[in-house]
Amino acid sequence: MSDPVALQMTAPAPVTALENARHDGPVTVAETGPWGMLTLRGDLSAAPVRSSLADATGLAMPEVRGVTVAGDRRVAWFSPDEALILVPRADLAGVRAALDGALAGQHALVADMSDARASFRISGEPAHLAEVLARLVPVDMGTFAVGELRRTRLAQVACAHWMPEEGAVELVCFRSVARYVFDLLVEAAESPRAFPA
Amino acid sequence: MSTRLTTGGTLIDRSKPVTFTFNGESLKGYQGDTLASALLANDRMMMGRSFKYHRPRGVVSSGTEEPNALFGIGQDGRFEPNQRATMQELWTGLEAATQNHWPSLEFDIGEVNAHLSRFLPAGFYYKTFMWPRSFWKNVFEPVIRQSAGLGRAPKSADDDRYEHLYHFTDVLVIGGGLAGLVAAQEAAQGGARVLVLEQEAHWGGRATDSDAQAQVDALLATLKGMENVTLRSRCMGAGVYDHGYVLGYERLTDHLAQKSGPRHRLWRIRAAQVICATGAIERPLSFAGNDVPGVMLASALRDYLTRYGVSVGDRTVVVTNNDDAYLTALALVRAGLSVPAIVDARDGGAGVLGAQAEAAGIRVLKGHAIAKVKGRKRVSGVAICRQAGEGAVVEEIACEAVAMSGGWSPVVHLWSHCGGKLTWDDAQAMFRPDPARPPLGAAGEGFVTCAGAAFGVLDAASGAGQAAEAGRAAAQAIGKPGSGAGSGAALPEGLADGSGANPIEPVWLMPGSASRKLRAKAFLDYQNDVKVTDIQLAAQEGFESVEHAKRYTTLGMATDQGKLSNINGLAILSGALDTPIPQVGTTTFRPPYTPISMGSIAGEARGDTFQPLRRSPIHAWHEANGADFEPVGHWRRPYTYLRAGETRDTAVTREINQTRGSLGLLDASTLGKIIVNGPDAGRFMDMMYTNMMSTLKPGKCRYGLMCSENGFLMDDGVVAKWDEDTYLCHTTTGGADRIHAHMEEWLQTEWWDWNVWVVNATEAHAQIAVVGPNARKVLEKLGAQNIGNEDFPFMTFQDHRLAGIDARIYRISFSGELSYEVAVPAGQGMALWTALMEAGAEFNVMPYGTEALHVMRAEKGFIMIGDETDGTVIPQDLGLHWAISKKKDDFIGKRAQQRSDMARDDRWKLVGLETLDRSVLPEGSYAVADGVNANGQRNVQGRVTSTYNSPTLKRGIAMGLVLHGPDRMGEIIRFNTVEGATVSAKIVDPVFYDKEGTRNV
Amino acid sequence: MLILTCPYCGVTAEETEFHGGGEAHLKREGPGSDDAALEGYLFHRENPRGVHFERWRHVYGCGKWFHAARDTQTLEVFGTYPAQTTTPPEDLLATIRDKRPGFTWRGIS
Repeated sequence: MSDPVALQMTAPAPVTALENARHDGPVTVAETGPWGMLTLRGDLSAAPVRSSLADATGLAMPEVRGVTVAGDRRVAWFSPDEALILVPRADLAGVRAALDGALAGQHALVADMSDARASFRISGEPAHLAEVLARLVPVDMGTFAVGELRRTRLAQVACAHWMPEEGAVELVCFRSVARYVFDLLVEAAESPRAFPA
Repeated sequence: MSTRLTTGGTLIDRSKPVTFTFNGESLKGYQGDTLASALLANDRMMMGRSFKYHRPRGVVSSGTEEPNALFGIGQDGRFEPNQRATMQELWTGLEAATQNHWPSLEFDIGEVNAHLSRFLPAGFYYKTFMWPRSFWKNVFEPVIRQSAGLGRAPKSADDDRYEHLYHFTDVLVIGGGLAGLVAAQEAAQGGARVLVLEQEAHWGGRATDSDAQAQVDALLATLKGMENVTLRSRCMGAGVYDHGYVLGYERLTDHLAQKSGPRHRLWRIRAAQVICATGAIERPLSFAGNDVPGVMLASALRDYLTRYGVSVGDRTVVVTNNDDAYLTALALVRAGLSVPAIVDARDGGAGVLGAQAEAAGIRVLKGHAIAKVKGRKRVSGVAICRQAGEGAVVEEIACEAVAMSGGWSPVVHLWSHCGGKLTWDDAQAMFRPDPARPPLGAAGEGFVTCAGAAFGVLDAASGAGQAAEAGRAAAQAIGKPGSGAGSGAALPEGLADGSGANPIEPVWLMPGSASRKLRAKAFLDYQNDVKVTDIQLAAQEGFESVEHAKRYTTLGMATDQGKLSNINGLAILSGALDTPIPQVGTTTFRPPYTPISMGSIAGEARGDTFQPLRRSPIHAWHEANGADFEPVGHWRRPYTYLRAGETRDTAVTREINQTRGSLGLLDASTLGKIIVNGPDAGRFMDMMYTNMMSTLKPGKCRYGLMCSENGFLMDDGVVAKWDEDTYLCHTTTGGADRIHAHMEEWLQTEWWDWNVWVVNATEAHAQIAVVGPNARKVLEKLGAQNIGNEDFPFMTFQDHRLAGIDARIYRISFSGELSYEVAVPAGQGMALWTALMEAGAEFNVMPYGTEALHVMRAEKGFIMIGDETDGTVIPQDLGLHWAISKKKDDFIGKRAQQRSDMARDDRWKLVGLETLDRSVLPEGSYAVADGVNANGQRNVQGRVTSTYNSPTLKRGIAMGLVLHGPDRMGEIIRFNTVEGATVSAKIVDPVFYDKEGTRNV
Repeated sequence: MLILTCPYCGVTAEETEFHGGGEAHLKREGPGSDDAALEGYLFHRENPRGVHFERWRHVYGCGKWFHAARDTQTLEVFGTYPAQTTTPPEDLLATIRDKRPGFTWRGIS
């Protein structure tokens, strides 16, 4: 009964929740990905876990509420025993294998959560970006610095955000609410400046 | 008549005329006018009618405290009722309509109430409508509904949008008058982040109508130049809440003809220190006819003159108990208008200002009072009497306006919102903040101070000095005191210092021993028509607490929340009770300070973003293919897929028949998927589930139950053992987040030494149930091999590649049919769904929704969390003893299930139910029993938990919990219906379909 | 609306980021416990006017449960501390004793 055509099918490329939706304006809102995303559960302060991460990803373990950014890789501190590792999708299998190998024998878990989340990047003038987020998250964006990470509430959903560099904020939320978050970001980005220069 | 003078008006721009409409009539004003000043400029003295007696009312104030001049503003999607004319800036095209009258403002039927006022005393509603009871529904309520409510509710959806803004600051200054600006400057000196909110469009507050404009301009220029200072006008401090949380209400477009962007912005501010520089509000005096249009607060009349160049009348009588009102008299005379008399209740009259008034030729009647105001729709004159006595008229004076001042009340609302206490200042006859008892912040320290008039310091010079101290103290409190305490910024110079003023003398009633007739026309609360006699009656009838008197009389319960009436009202109550004012106390000040729009509260939570709507990876396909969605938590799941001409019922029947007959697909992506991993995972799973999970072999699945610590069933689902240390727990759709949190809670707070990790992987995978006799064939078409019953048995899982996608396939079934649940990465879920639809075409594959899922599970007698359970049901009630391990010492809920109540043999137990007439039992229906209970209610012996029409069995089937149910197979019991009839049903085995399990092979 | 400091991620955030979880330091009573102990565990809770020890979860943040010592009347927060303990830390108790002399809560004073 097997269909030989189906057997030879190659895997369809994974799609992001919003198929890389984008909104251009003074603040650009773009859905990014598909990333390779790995959830690492383990004692992030333990030296073996930290060195395993560094060996497998080339990135240092971030400090509490921090993010390590290097090129197209990030490691985000989510809790004392959870980190989210973001790498290009093409690197996923390699990084995963390296991590699994490095962590073997330790009480740690690496789970492939690449498709569980949606990710966004908003870019524009730094003060304008701070304003866009100030409409949605209960965080003092006036003192929020590059390399800092905050998991909080964006309107009514859980969301994490950080600034990989000046002029850009990256966010991740669960995939199912990607449309909600995108719509809110666009509305906030389109709103007239609350603090005109 | 009231009119625009040819000169004057600091806020208006005479080169920019503005046209607006008032009850459909086109009128002219100027840029900078408020609706109130423009109406007065057009001699529209009467601006509305009062709520209860429908008395003609004019504007009485010039600010937020206005109780009378309320209008419906705008049209359709931009219509809003009850807007204060004093706060509504004028713009070209503004449409204002008066409220609370019928058929017209000038002639109003409801005014008859005024003639009946003797029969509408305080507590009238409570007294009258108690009896007879039947009259309430048929007579009183319809009549009251007809006349109830100010304004009318908008009928259209709001055209505007709104937004929130989170803001963090070291020091928040509420109020941009002189005191606020001085305090802000002081606080900002040392680098503290300072935000200043001003509710009006202009800065400087009352200081600008004395001679302090230059000082205000200088302060503003300094503050605008400071990077750490943010100034916001048209932004009201609406409420002060715990731990320095403050709401700011910014009106962005209400003053614009061309509107774009959000209408209001709600500032959600967190401040380390809050300085309330909210000023003071002038009090009316209580004399007969104090509500006739043309009677105004002295400061308001002065504002209309100096700010807007508007004269309320050629002749104004000023009546007062303090010196401030003399400023109004002097301003009027300076503008060339006539002040026939200043009526000063004090025998000694005023100090320096009194001499100035007399020098200006104004007649000052000391120790005198107004006995009554003459005129109905506008003032025509006043009758004068001595303040002492009952009000024998000594003289009548013709005039068009009355400027009254009963003293000033600090705006202590924001201080009080979060617990700041007040103290009575006898000398100034006012409640003022007690700095020893401030609102407390997170660290237990006070976080609010008051500055200037809000603190009870009424003269400008002293107020500025005190405000500077408040600013310094706030900066010190957050560790940014600048160049040192006391050094301070330069204080404005040349401010009036109040020296040479005579003290206020409290006058709560005018004349002091006014006759009943006069008291019955002396209004305390203008909007709710509460008079002096009403408060006195309330006290007489025993409503002695200020909170009771308030509710009995409705004093202070109108949209203005008693800003003008509260102090006067409680002074009258104090007099009636012979109790000093501080012992009577005030009613509670609650936020918001003035009403804020519903839209601003909702912010972004409207329309498509009202709630976070959760979409599965296959949502777009459902949407494009007739899905009739139902909410499941925040998810939207297809209830069924409607085809042309189908009803919900026929669509569901089609889906079930096709699934049982050939092939159906269900998007099960929303089901929870939680990974539990670690060396102690088995031990942990045994605690979480009632079943023994640790013995499960890798590759196998087991249906499990989870209970709360109370023993009640809270979730169920199939557990798959991925490997020796790893389990995948399926939960219900609604349970995913809850169960994940439940697991984390136990791991973090009870067994923190166990080596277990939990990851909520719900959204990582799309999961598709491939169900029906042709399920195996379609998977084989997509590339699965060796998936026959022997190679891939029920309750196991395997990894396969389907349509090129790596898939983990669980052979589990919630329908009784041959069934495979295929999990793939969410990003490939749509691709797999599409491939299954294409490959299944030859089997006429049909997607099915949640209703078909429910019916098929009920046909098989499977329970559903939330249907068969309601938080009081234990697994034993549902005949699920087989899923409760007897070998385990412990699991969550085990101890509670040993309670005597859980072991009772008369707990209602799960059975199947078949109506004798094959009909569908009503949902939630109760099985009736003989007799009645202690409350006289019919005894019951069970209830329906799930009920459906079964297309497979072609009859109604139901599940229910019935007393001794499992022991009563075949017995017929009766269920009630909403209509009051009963339906007979037979107790049967809850498995209705394929009891032998022949289909899932 | 309260502000609380999460002892795990160090962030001070508004209440909407957290979720209250009732009284802290309950001792679980499992199989073998008598009815009175079970009843106390499941149903009896302190409701003081004054010093209280509570459980909170940083639900929108790091997801961790922690404890807070708080005055229910003034809303003063004396401190927060991790949930992996059966009693409040001694230095926090010293702070509370200092601020609220003579306070008692369950067996703690």
